Amino acid sequence: MKGILEYIGIDRISGPLVVISGVKGVGFGEVVEIVPSDGRSRQGRILSISEDVAVVEVFEGTSGLAQPTTRVRFLGRPFEITVSKEEVLGRIFDGLGRPLDGGPVPFRGEKRNINGLPINPVARAYPQDFIQTGISAIDGMNTIVRGQKLPIFSGSGLPHNEFAAQIVRQARLLTEDEGFAVIFGAMGVCHDEAQTFRRSFEESGILKNVAMFLNLADDPTVERLMTPRIALTVAEYLAFEQGMHVLVILTDMTNYCEALREVATSKGEVPSRKGYPGYLYSDLASIYERAGHIIDRPGSITQIAILTMPDDDITHPIPDLTGYITEGQIVLDRSLAQRDIYPPINVLPSLSRLMSDGIGEGRTRKDHANLSSQIYAAYARARQVQRLASIIGEEDLSATDKLYLAFAREFHERFLQQGTDENRTIIQTLELGWELVTLLPEQELTRLKPEEIDQYGKI
Amino acid sequence: MESTAQQPSVTMISGPVVQARPAHKFSMNEMVEIGDERLVGEVIDLDEDLATIQVYEDTTGLRPGADVYAKELPLYVELGPGLMCEIFDGVQRPLEVLRGKRGDFIHRGKTGTALPRDRVWQFTPSVRPGATISPGEILGEVPESQLITHRIPVPPDVQGTLEHIVPKGDYILDDVIAVIRSSSDKIHELKLFHRWPVRKIRPYRERLVPSEPLITGQRVIDTFFPLARGGTAGIPGGFGTGKTVAQHQLSKWADADIIVYIGCGERGNEMTGVLVDLPKLLDPRTRRPLIERTILIANTSDMPVAAREASIYTGITIAEYYRDMGYDVALMADSTSRWAEALREISGRLEEMPAEEGFPAYLASRLAAFYERAGQVVSLAGKRGSVTLIGAVSPPGGDFSEPVTMHTKRFVQCFWALDKELASARYFPAINYLQSYSAYISAVEPWWTEKVGSTWKILREKTINILQEDSRLQNIVKLLGEEALPDDQKRIVEGARLLKNDFLQQSAFDPVDTYAGPEKQFLLLDVILHFIERLADVVKARIPLFRATELPVVAEIHKLKFTRRGDDPGPFKSVREQIDKEINALLHRQDSL
Ligand SMILES: Nc1ncnc2c1ncn2[C@@H]1O[C@H](COP(=O)(O)OP(=O)(O)OP(=O)(O)O)[C@@H](O)[C@H]1O
Ligand SMILES: [Mg+2]
Repeated sequence: MKGILEYIGIDRISGPLVVISGVKGVGFGEVVEIVPSDGRSRQGRILSISEDVAVVEVFEGTSGLAQPTTRVRFLGRPFEITVSKEEVLGRIFDGLGRPLDGGPVPFRGEKRNINGLPINPVARAYPQDFIQTGISAIDGMNTIVRGQKLPIFSGSGLPHNEFAAQIVRQARLLTEDEGFAVIFGAMGVCHDEAQTFRRSFEESGILKNVAMFLNLADDPTVERLMTPRIALTVAEYLAFEQGMHVLVILTDMTNYCEALREVATSKGEVPSRKGYPGYLYSDLASIYERAGHIIDRPGSITQIAILTMPDDDITHPIPDLTGYITEGQIVLDRSLAQRDIYPPINVLPSLSRLMSDGIGEGRTRKDHANLSSQIYAAYARARQVQRLASIIGEEDLSATDKLYLAFAREFHERFLQQGTDENRTIIQTLELGWELVTLLPEQELTRLKPEEIDQYGKI
Repeated sequence: MESTAQQPSVTMISGPVVQARPAHKFSMNEMVEIGDERLVGEVIDLDEDLATIQVYEDTTGLRPGADVYAKELPLYVELGPGLMCEIFDGVQRPLEVLRGKRGDFIHRGKTGTALPRDRVWQFTPSVRPGATISPGEILGEVPESQLITHRIPVPPDVQGTLEHIVPKGDYILDDVIAVIRSSSDKIHELKLFHRWPVRKIRPYRERLVPSEPLITGQRVIDTFFPLARGGTAGIPGGFGTGKTVAQHQLSKWADADIIVYIGCGERGNEMTGVLVDLPKLLDPRTRRPLIERTILIANTSDMPVAAREASIYTGITIAEYYRDMGYDVALMADSTSRWAEALREISGRLEEMPAEEGFPAYLASRLAAFYERAGQVVSLAGKRGSVTLIGAVSPPGGDFSEPVTMHTKRFVQCFWALDKELASARYFPAINYLQSYSAYISAVEPWWTEKVGSTWKILREKTINILQEDSRLQNIVKLLGEEALPDDQKRIVEGARLLKNDFLQQSAFDPVDTYAGPEKQFLLLDVILHFIERLADVVKARIPLFRATELPVVAEIHKLKFTRRGDDPGPFKSVREQIDKEINALLHRQDSL
């Protein structure tokens, strides 16, 4: 085992980074303890190391560190967390995994490197178990399966928290299965938001199956870089070693990315788009890819990350790179929210890539895929008609176009719109879908097969 | 901890970039192993003092002072029987073997050889002792999978007189199967496999101009933006527009002999999806499971970034190797943007001067060199083979003016531009037919007109005219509505709608529609165009157009793409007849009024 090495004095401080020279025998990525003269130690990690200079990022920030008197201890191991079922579930921790609930520091379990390891693609089992969330726009058109990573793209002030909490409450993954857990990782969210989630877990009686890792808005930003990794390390243990179905909620990934940018800027790195580092994609992937199923292991990790799109811009690097990694996205829309439509899901840019294997005969119903495709096609067309109507007026629309307008109305008011505790079965959702598409003349239903229309569309 | 004068050691570690001293112990692009765990890396820069190494594995815990072992070979792959049906990581570690040895998660460090040393292969020699052997010549054959006969070549850098060759029999990879004496009296002991540096293009005798289509079974591609054997194609598109599904479709249905699929910095589950699907699907030509012709390279987005850069080269070298045996190989790279970003990341750590968007200035030349490795050739062994390259491009924000898309566009001959708006209406494949192009149309035209239908070219051009006219009219429709158009223009809009819904759109997930052979494509297009042409008669007779678009035959046209493969022209013929019957009846009724 490598021993602990201690040095006194820091050469340079730059943002969240400190530079220490004369360092020998320490390894890349290892944990560092920074102890200022007040004795309240902070944690950090080695970002680069040369023959005698180490660059360390300090999770709790560098303010108040005095160069000559600060002691630096190199622990000779990567950042680790103790994983166990009993000591973690039903608890609340800070963003670095230290108890906030007055309970003991977990110590009985095994220690795990929070960076985890990539799952060998040949060991993955393809996710295909349908999860009913009771929300029509998801179940009907963007179906989630166990082991999927499906983020929510939101905007500031939109009801993403209520929405995520509703998913947690209603998702059948959770209510029918004994072996389930929810791991909640918060990065830079305010205290109230964390409380909302906590209350929601409490009300649905699942608090004992929840572990919360909270890095709140006034907590150190660099610490945020560790929080999702800690949450996922616990999740992996519960899913792949304890056989539990784990739902991981990560919020807000935008705060995470900003912390990453801050560190990169302090290091003087060449930025890529909007000042974010060129490795933002790989870094996010090292979080999002930690979801899934493994062959011959009973558990799974389903990941719902929430992010707020800066300026509601879906092409901003954070949502953009997220969308390139995750298996789809649910996009919340401000204009729908302003019209009091809840959940304000814009289905057009939303997508679930694992949907096709999770639906159909024996899973949901055999008409599901084509019905969903038809609703998409009709809604896309209806939005065009709405634009046209705003130019030429509704009266001058063709008869068919008028039906599309009616379709859009019904879609918003009946299909999309539902209460925060309204839990629809998949059959209810599909039937609602049929009611909508059959508003249109049959020759418009090109995505549906005639026999499907005969069987489901003519009741 | 002074390192000894002789043994080179690490001086600096920053993520995947490591420096070592003394530099003179290394050569450029040399493979190295680092530390007790023997992490694999490659020398990417040398100055008088330091060697810079990119490491293909996680470097956490690595310390300055760790030993570095120079391997005296550039980064190479093993080429021989055992590649087929395998899945490798970016530096050719076999992932199944890795799982067997180390479990479900990928651990770092050495794990043995790329190709299995214990597997027995039946080798049948095809040359006799005493023969003069030229570089790349075939020594004999090994049945590698049910579909693929592996022709064992002499390495391209070996030639001479065949001193000895083993008789037909069972051998393992390490057995010496032939001995060649070069003109300078050097003895080469050849095995069933050889090593080849991944960054070096494998030599061939002659380059041929691509002339035959690579049929993909995807209508919009084959009929409108065709690919040629030995050609190049780029598929750019924002997230979720269908790049991966398109590449999976091509892996399944393209009529190549061999598929090399590189998952370069993409999702783990997508590799799993291929591994689950391909053994279950049958090759439409050979009726054998498609996996038997497929080689997978996986560097998923959570695997080390430097190996992502290498994965592209690992894949293309394997593709060239089979090309040299006389096979048509199609290589998919999903996504070349992740490869370019890996270049950028390494370049950033080297503190090189960035060019556009932080990419290194050599991005364009690297991309060019990659696509240059496509082609139809006569190999050193005198066989005609090809490598077709299909690269996905993932432009940030879906904006095609970014460097990787722009440069790719310069080097590829087919450009299949995916469109966010089409994808969000679930219109797939979301290939924007106004922005896409193929430079192979005239090259493949003789094949289509001879083998499939003499009117292919005319049908194609008529269709394109309708689609282009439609897109002009759509500008009016957006402002005034379709009702504002006169019937002859409405006919175009209606016609384009039929073409889009019933021909261009193709579901990857429908068991029948997923693949359409050339005949089916031709017949289907012919029927739809025939209907559109007959609509002109309806317009001429001043019959309201909707009377014709409401005819029962329209539903029959919709159904056609879901009918069985095109080898049976029956249904197409009968729908064509029904079109005439119903339209004639309509015209007749009008006349008699
Ligand atoms: N030909 C098709 N038929 C039916 N559905 C399709 C087709 N192409 C794409 N899709 C749908 O679009 C989704 C996204 O496609 P895909 O995963 O190929 O996107 P992508 O361009 O590779 O995105 P990314 O860049 O994020 O990897 C698929 O999950 C599927 O639902
Ligand atoms: Mg993709």
